[in-house]
Amino acid sequence: MEREVQRVRATFGSGRSRPLTFRRRQLEALRVMVQEREKDILAAIGADLSKSEFNAYSQEVITVLGEIDLMLEKLPEWAAAKPAQRNLLTMLDEAYIQPEPLGVVLIIGAWNYPFALTIQPLIGAIAAGNAVIIKPSEVSENTAKLLAKLLPQYLDQDLYAVVTGGVEETTELLKQRFDHILYTGNTTVGKIVMQAAAKHLTPVTLELGGKSPCYVDRDCDLDVACRRIAWGKFMNCGQTCIAPDYVLCEPSLQDLIVQKVQEAVKGFYGENVKESPDYERIVNLRHFKRIQSLLEGQKIAFGGEMDEATRYIAPTILTDVDPGTKVMQEEIFGPILPIVPVKNADEAIQFINEREKPLAFYVFSHNSKLIKRMIDGTSSGGVTGNDVIMHFTLSSLPFGGVGSSGMGAYHGKHSFDTFSHQRPCLLKTLKREGMNQLRYPPNSQSKVDWAKFFMLKRFNKERLCLLLLTLLGVLAAVLIKRYQAVLRTKALLIFLAVHRRAIP
Amino acid sequence: MSGTKRPGSAKHPGSESTPGMDPFADTLQRLREAFVSGRTRPAKFRAAQLKGLSLFLQENKQLLQEALAQDLYKTAFHSEVSELILCQNQVDFALRNLHTWMKDEPGAKNLMTQLDSVFIRKEPFGLVLILSPWNYPLNLSLGPLVGALAAGNCVVLKPSEISKSTMKVLAKVLPRYLDQSCFAVVLGGPEETGRLLEHKFDYIFFTGSPRVGKIVMAAAAKHLTPVTLELGGKNPCYVDDNCDPQTVANRVAFFRCFNTGQTCVAPDYVLCSPEMQAKLVPALQSAITRFYGNDPQRSPDLGRIISQKHFQRLRGLLSCGRVVIGGQSDESDLYIAPTVLVDVKETEPVMQEEIFGPILPIVNVRSLDQAIDFINRREKPLALYAFSNSSQAVKQMLDRTSSGNFAGNQGFTFLTLTSLPFGGVGQSGMGRYHGKFSFDTFSHHRACLLSHPGLEMLNNIRYPPYSDFEQKLITWALGSHSCTLL
Repeated sequence: MEREVQRVRATFGSGRSRPLTFRRRQLEALRVMVQEREKDILAAIGADLSKSEFNAYSQEVITVLGEIDLMLEKLPEWAAAKPAQRNLLTMLDEAYIQPEPLGVVLIIGAWNYPFALTIQPLIGAIAAGNAVIIKPSEVSENTAKLLAKLLPQYLDQDLYAVVTGGVEETTELLKQRFDHILYTGNTTVGKIVMQAAAKHLTPVTLELGGKSPCYVDRDCDLDVACRRIAWGKFMNCGQTCIAPDYVLCEPSLQDLIVQKVQEAVKGFYGENVKESPDYERIVNLRHFKRIQSLLEGQKIAFGGEMDEATRYIAPTILTDVDPGTKVMQEEIFGPILPIVPVKNADEAIQFINEREKPLAFYVFSHNSKLIKRMIDGTSSGGVTGNDVIMHFTLSSLPFGGVGSSGMGAYHGKHSFDTFSHQRPCLLKTLKREGMNQLRYPPNSQSKVDWAKFFMLKRFNKERLCLLLLTLLGVLAAVLIKRYQAVLRTKALLIFLAVHRRAIP
Repeated sequence: MSGTKRPGSAKHPGSESTPGMDPFADTLQRLREAFVSGRTRPAKFRAAQLKGLSLFLQENKQLLQEALAQDLYKTAFHSEVSELILCQNQVDFALRNLHTWMKDEPGAKNLMTQLDSVFIRKEPFGLVLILSPWNYPLNLSLGPLVGALAAGNCVVLKPSEISKSTMKVLAKVLPRYLDQSCFAVVLGGPEETGRLLEHKFDYIFFTGSPRVGKIVMAAAAKHLTPVTLELGGKNPCYVDDNCDPQTVANRVAFFRCFNTGQTCVAPDYVLCSPEMQAKLVPALQSAITRFYGNDPQRSPDLGRIISQKHFQRLRGLLSCGRVVIGGQSDESDLYIAPTVLVDVKETEPVMQEEIFGPILPIVNVRSLDQAIDFINRREKPLALYAFSNSSQAVKQMLDRTSSGNFAGNQGFTFLTLTSLPFGGVGQSGMGRYHGKFSFDTFSHHRACLLSHPGLEMLNNIRYPPYSDFEQKLITWALGSHSCTLL
């Protein structure tokens, strides 16, 4: 474990991953891998989550391809130095922010979208010029094995290495020193990761989870709302970190919602959901049993059928759910949709705020003022109004949590920035030392006044330009006739003193 | 667990321990309740807080200067330049830009979301803890505070107990200028800070040593609290053969001795060739004499070491290598002379720990490459300095090393630029602030997508079951780079 990390670190130290051309080649190779080995990738995801090829493609592969293309297009722009605004003190200097790689990045993937949630962060880390250790989730065994086989075949093996294993191996891995860790998973392990990172002062991005609430207003298009909620909830058999976890609505809406969600489910998966190629399965027995236990004592409006042999759980809705029960205590991560009746939007806001900040918040309403009020009144990683999941799909939006749903964000430029150090640079010349006389001791009150003049920004543009021109003119003279330096400086000081007095 | 109620929330009956035993519980509860009530959200409130800060600085200038003089022997000029003006700048800048910063940032849309509203909403985290150090006790308390208040958070400030006088002013006077339901100063030493850190905060901003930084981050991990850690390290200062020794010496000596060397971004040690050293040492002596006179102990512009503990530590470092300038110390005065050491070995204490005093060791290297190797073998510093007439050499140093910040032919004037983010990397820290970066640091960037209510027809394509035709269509439509999930 230690050797792997040291090996990639040594290669990083050689500077191989710095040139943009190198990073481009790696990203292009990754693209080729996804295209050439598409069948293998879809098969692995399919084996792990009983997912159809099409779903695997549209949910995971497309995301990855999109991210690679975006990164390839924008890399030159994002990696370039950005000039920074200067003040009077530094106006003749070069000031900019230079993005740099951090070093060795550790990416710990999750099992629910085992390909996308491992590769998408990897894309950002590569683009930012880092070396990467990839640790896919052992729960999605097939994808983990495939990545361990494929990545070394397409990417530079000395910079990007896959480490496989379970809890024990991950614990060992976390003892090593990294320059950034991106972890996707649950809150409990998130804390462990951050603790381990603290020992090395390693910054972390934690993509965790929580119970993402979905408020359905009386005034909304219920057909559309229920269809979208059903789509987002039952996708991947509910095993999505930003799935609408539970619904909040007025009691009068409950039955209607049940009916319409049921209709949507039938529309999506047919009469016999079990036979639909588009409906996935629970990833393993442990989670199956966990979700099963959530149904105890609940009022099942429809669904509830289970088959342990195939880890099948039918799309299920619970009504009149008591907030104190188990199903409302943990992230469901399964195809069970509890409806918790609340009096109105205000009560919904209160309900949400009494709980940990979720990864996503959803609200369905025609009333844009209401939507605004609910967004203003709550906090969450992200929000989609009148839909679910979709804020994830926009790479211009940072994808991440807040509070116990996580810290940091990625996707698109946010990935690039997450895996970079934005280094401020101020470059001066050794000339014009005369200008520096002002700052050196011994000090005096007049120097204080000058300091204020240079550092506080109270100028309007015209005077500033005038000042600039004058200064440049004087400095040019200084450079040419160095022996007159002292006299020139004095003249400058007098001139500036006049200007300073003239400025309110 | 994710669904359980948040401690300290409005309806929840208080914290875990009984109020008597936990001195902070009541204060934190009060601040949390104030945050939940929404008081700190409106721009008007935040602007009022910032104006309060401004007034605090203006009305208590003398008091603050006296406190800073007592704690760190700072002269009026020094206090103005390194503390008061910088704070005032930050406050003014925040006031001027508050409304712009608070606005939702629009985001680029893809094909599927053309008609939707896409933006990033900046939200306060909630209850923020700021732990500030003793070396610039005003600036390093108020700097982060400006950002935290501008971003709409409630704040607990715990200033360093080592800079006692400033701490007293911050504890007694500052709260009068701010809304005390949303702001509190808590006092104490390491033990109290440890107890404070057991509580949950929504953000922790720490300035101090890497050792304590680790403790803070570990404590934050228990509550999954995001942190910004402004730490330190040994800031290398490379001096090329191709330069004017006197100009370089002026700049290096000035920034080394500023605040008696007790600056996290001060040049910590010099890397240069033996030939350059021979020219640099007399130039440094000349600069030091010019700045502080023949007897620096008498100069009003040179401060003193903050405490006995640090004095003893620095005095120990004086025996490393060989003293070529200075080397004097006076325990009764906590005075350490501006000192330059040569023939210093890497293993000696002066090259092992951050000096944080007016001592400048010179380490010899034979070339730029050797200097770069030396630097890269060590922890990433908070600042890196390179002096050379050749911009190529400066660029080389920049390109082949990493550090929090970088300055060519200059000291830490980059601190005065609100447009540059200030922060470390690796052991020198994580996160950044100053200017807009402060506001962003103390804000949660919430991704928002408000979908256009109609046009459900277009969405039908995303729902199962997927016919062959639909599959092909979707795959084609999402083939462009701007689209991801169905």
